[in-house]
Amino acid sequence: MSKQIHLAAHFPGVNNTTVWADPQAGSQIEFGSFRHLAETAERGTFDFFFLAEGLRLREVKGMIHDLDVVGRPESLTVLSALAAVTTHLGLAATVNSTFNEPYELAKRLSTLDHVSGGRAAWNVVTSWDAFTGENFRRGGYLDKADRYVRAQESLRIVRKLWDSWTEDQLVLDQAAGAFAREGAGAFADEGAHFDIRGRFGLPPSPQGRPVIIQAGDSEQGREFAASDADVIFSRHGTFQAGQTFYKDVKSRLPKYGRSEESLKIMPAVTVVVADTDDEAIEKAAYIREQQVSGPTALVLAELLWGRDLSAYDPDGPLPAEDPVVGSSVTQGRVGYNDPFPIVAEWRAQAEAHGWSLRQTVINQQNRQTFIGSPTTVAEAINHHVQADAADGFVLVPHLTPSGLDEFVDRVVPLLRDRGAFRDEYAGTTLRDHLGLQA
Amino acid sequence: MIVGLEIDGAGGDPAAWRGSEVDPRAILTGELAVRAVQRAEAAGIDFATFVDALEAPDDVPDRVSVRLDALGLAARVAPLTQRIGLLPTITVTHTEPFHVQASVATLDHISGGRGGWVADVSSSAEAAAVIGRREPASAAETWREARYVVDVSRRLWDSWEDDAIIRDASTGRYVDRDKLHYVAFESPTFSVKGPSIVPRSPQGHPITAVRVNTPEALEAAGDADLVLLPESEDLPTRLAPLVVVSVVVRPHVDGVEQLVELIAEWAAAGADGVHLRPGSLELDVPVIADELIPRLRERGLVGAADRGGSLRGRLGLGRPANRYVGSGR
Repeated sequence: MSKQIHLAAHFPGVNNTTVWADPQAGSQIEFGSFRHLAETAERGTFDFFFLAEGLRLREVKGMIHDLDVVGRPESLTVLSALAAVTTHLGLAATVNSTFNEPYELAKRLSTLDHVSGGRAAWNVVTSWDAFTGENFRRGGYLDKADRYVRAQESLRIVRKLWDSWTEDQLVLDQAAGAFAREGAGAFADEGAHFDIRGRFGLPPSPQGRPVIIQAGDSEQGREFAASDADVIFSRHGTFQAGQTFYKDVKSRLPKYGRSEESLKIMPAVTVVVADTDDEAIEKAAYIREQQVSGPTALVLAELLWGRDLSAYDPDGPLPAEDPVVGSSVTQGRVGYNDPFPIVAEWRAQAEAHGWSLRQTVINQQNRQTFIGSPTTVAEAINHHVQADAADGFVLVPHLTPSGLDEFVDRVVPLLRDRGAFRDEYAGTTLRDHLGLQA
Repeated sequence: MIVGLEIDGAGGDPAAWRGSEVDPRAILTGELAVRAVQRAEAAGIDFATFVDALEAPDDVPDRVSVRLDALGLAARVAPLTQRIGLLPTITVTHTEPFHVQASVATLDHISGGRGGWVADVSSSAEAAAVIGRREPASAAETWREARYVVDVSRRLWDSWEDDAIIRDASTGRYVDRDKLHYVAFESPTFSVKGPSIVPRSPQGHPITAVRVNTPEALEAAGDADLVLLPESEDLPTRLAPLVVVSVVVRPHVDGVEQLVELIAEWAAAGADGVHLRPGSLELDVPVIADELIPRLRERGLVGAADRGGSLRGRLGLGRPANRYVGSGR
């Protein structure tokens, strides 16, 4: 039997890959949009539905960035509502471990697992910067070096709370009047960041523990995923980089006593499907142009150059100045540690092809991962999975909420034909879908 | 009269979960709450509150010693109902104010304008211990802070003007940044820069309710849209836009006539409504829905069941103007 593919749906949001100006683009906020994409994913028997998080609106040169989608509802609340209108689909929330307390996280995530019948997942992310911290009591005090310490400790405590009941402590004996055994859920923990004790007021949820997802490419991030995560959400969508990453992360598992199957590697990818390969290539080029307007091209270049480029014409040549290291023209997103080789590469490519600044940005960034006819895309996805470049993918559509309709209607049946993807859900929990032990 | 219903486990009676009509597992799946709120909605009840506290319920033998997070439960109920208001209890002493306001605004978005919250505090030693960050504070201190949290929540709900999302393809701008506002709020114990991450919700400001259970809460209730007042209190002269009297009821045991009279008396005394706390969701809510509400309707004490629109509209409260409109940045 072929290795089975895992698929997840990412709700399109705050980035310039979401094409909000398309006539087909719907609301980014209304519940109907979330419901549509979740129902599409469930029709396609996807493993889970994924929501990102934002805790501060991004800024460019001290002003709120106004070119991309801005604003979104709070993840766990949206997912609890989606639990009511879906039956099998996993529900994954990105929630920051810096600006939430482990006890609150354990309670909210366990509730989602209970009310969804075992479909909850937590994508553990960390934030340390003072910019985001300005919205929180905790402020920005956390050292960058400390972020994984706190994240790891948060996760350890959250798990401890989920494990604080033994199975036999929930009695539910109506005749005898025994709901639970006294003392069930008692916990205490003392670490570098937390010193807590009390009782956890929720019995083990249907999955025992909600699924843990982790994103991150750094050495610390890979180690954190290898020791603690059920799914790692990576950026390595290309075949070569995917295989290298896959090998690296899976090789870290044995030292934590874990098997290769216990951690699923699912890169975030974009897909463009059309009737033929040629049409798909044309469509992909059109989408990239929609994703990178002139003003957006300037902002993306400013991010790389680290300086104000507003005097430049995006349809003209690349800026002549050298990049500035460590400047922060933008707030709330990751910058470049070493921009020089990238700028050199952009210049070389622009000269070779006669590209304008905007054309260079379009061609050097925002490349879609899988482009082609349904058959081409299905084969590429299957090849990546069978050859261990990934265990599956998190699909990031460029349109809300219809962006996965075509994939589910045209590509999923071909994956099923190849015996590499489920026809129907075999189990009811997200752990069942991912083939993970409870 | 406005009528509200309280959702708490299997009901307010500690033994309610033991009845043969109750599947105790349905407390944990949320099914019991869904069924009760749907029945209440069909009868024309205006809102449901969901009990919660930061700490676990008391670990007492025979009692339901577990509780779902009220916000998650209310969100689970939202797509399965159409007209009833949903007000989970949210405690603010340890939870980040920025998260609180975002969650309540989200509930308003996903319910199509039926969202609100019962703002509460955590002054117990148990609540402080499960967080482990602050010493337990007095009721006076926690309520003083809660008033700041209510205030900053409303500012953050206004931090997006209603028409901030412009989707202007000609200039490439998704939002008009002049219609997004930094709240730059400072209180003695926290500060928030803003703007919110959530666009302004259908009601502008979701409904803020306060349950009066201490003298300190009574003071804070002055800031609320809706006050849940214990039966033992005298009706204060104009405390908040709406004051409803919170009554423990067991109509499946006591019958409905007495209750109809009691409610009529509260109406005559000037209460804006009642908040019914049923002993058993499975036994009392059907009696409330099938007998009590129709009797109140006959007497002209409650309105039609199928009034639609937002919770604010249902309660007769206007949609608040945005404080930042026209202020520039």
